[in-house]
Amino acid sequence: MVATLTRRFGDLDLAEEAAAEAFATAVERWPADGVPPNPGAWLTTTANRKAIDRIRRENKRDDKQREALALHDDDPPEPLGAIEDQRLRLIFTCCHPALAMEARTALTLRMVGGLTMPEIARAFLVQEDAMGRRITRAKAKIKAARIPYRVPSAEDLPARVSGVLAVLFLVFNEGYLASGPDTDPVRPDLTAEAIRLTRLIRALMPDDGEVAGLLALMLLIEARHAARVSARGELVPLGEQDRGLWDGALIAEGHRLVRERLASGVAPGRYQILAAINAVHTSAREVGDTDWSQIVALYDQLVRLDPSPIIALNRAVAVAELDGPEVALAVVDRLGDTLSGYRAYHAARADLLRRLGRSHESLTAYDRAIELAGNAAETVFLTRRRDQLGWCSGPAKMTRGEPRSGAVVDGFGAASGVARGPRRYHDGVS
Amino acid sequence: MQYLVSVINDSSDLATDSEQAAIDVFNEQLIADGYWVFAGGLGGPDMATVLDNRGEAPVFTDGPFVETKEYIVGFWILEAPDLDVALKLAAEGSKACNRKVEVRPFL
Repeated sequence: MVATLTRRFGDLDLAEEAAAEAFATAVERWPADGVPPNPGAWLTTTANRKAIDRIRRENKRDDKQREALALHDDDPPEPLGAIEDQRLRLIFTCCHPALAMEARTALTLRMVGGLTMPEIARAFLVQEDAMGRRITRAKAKIKAARIPYRVPSAEDLPARVSGVLAVLFLVFNEGYLASGPDTDPVRPDLTAEAIRLTRLIRALMPDDGEVAGLLALMLLIEARHAARVSARGELVPLGEQDRGLWDGALIAEGHRLVRERLASGVAPGRYQILAAINAVHTSAREVGDTDWSQIVALYDQLVRLDPSPIIALNRAVAVAELDGPEVALAVVDRLGDTLSGYRAYHAARADLLRRLGRSHESLTAYDRAIELAGNAAETVFLTRRRDQLGWCSGPAKMTRGEPRSGAVVDGFGAASGVARGPRRYHDGVS
Repeated sequence: MQYLVSVINDSSDLATDSEQAAIDVFNEQLIADGYWVFAGGLGGPDMATVLDNRGEAPVFTDGPFVETKEYIVGFWILEAPDLDVALKLAAEGSKACNRKVEVRPFL
């Protein structure tokens, strides 16, 4: 509804306020008058009227505005199905490159996702008034600088879409591994919204490989979500998850998309490669069946595309499964200069050191990872792993039931280069 | 809708001959396409005088109002339907004058 109103009146604030007023009116009147036969249409009509009232109040003396308004008033009602088109316009406006990445993400969640200001503030660990200012400033810039409310032209679309995908992936990641210690560790509302919006973009650009790749990636990660947090609220690494809890329908859809991209013969971008990695994981009935050589090969491909240390870290975790923890540790240690402030680096090191029986060093690494972890379920997981250290001295014995891998947490988050805002990049690792 | 595109200089170098030629070509295109409102080059901060006449008598200060490494050395005023068009033109302008530019809407 906000999208429809924005399209009509070209003003995000006005659209939001009018929508809110319409809902308030509904709450007041429906209990007494009964729910109208078509509640959606009722709300839209009411919101339209409220918006027009507002403009009239604000521009009483402005004849020109009134003329423009009269023109608007005679507009034929939007044809059915135009709603999707309007949501897309709204996404492209919110994700405009003239806005800072943080502003884009916040604005998309607010205007397209319909999240409240406190929810967004919590999701990004900023004060509510600071988040409010960020959104207010972005809206003011859209209005004053006249950032257009439209889907970009065909020639600009590819460049603009990659910016939108980055925002949607950030939204998804925040839902998949919420960064705050006080929020739920998993936020299905955010992951669902990100998937829904990515589907919309895919409807717009069905032949774009990266759009398909991102959708597949999200579906294959989302498919595991029931297995990802234990009843005790502890994050369960991929290798220890009950694969029976995975969502078969989502996996099938994700695999279908990955196959579609492979069949295209076009060189894949990073989302497609990440999706393919997740497809390999979700193809294995048991963790022991995982085709690690294929995963490492895919990471090699990804490293060529994006030589960031975070990708290299994720690759090293896969290397540990293929060539052993010692080889992987040597790789991970070389990344220390750039990743020393990054919790997944310490968590990966801790796990490799644990598997090599170097308990003392492992303990130190776990401590550092726990210090840097934000997600409550991850903190619980890391703490238990740390506290289990010292049960064995000397090289860890591989007994049945003992965790083999499970370096960090399950999630290919904003892996790599996608800007994550200043706070963090990504949660990696299989 | 009008936009101010400021040209940002981060050295004391003036436009070279080839930069000036590229700017001329860009300006002609702007005029031909109907985006041109006005443009000009400016003297550097050394040429600036600040004055404050809010008191009883004007106070003159030799130099810019703020000392910075980067300063505005020229500008375009463009007529464009929205920011996308303005940014596209500004991108061409940046290439032509071989400098960073800043885009701001007139209110």
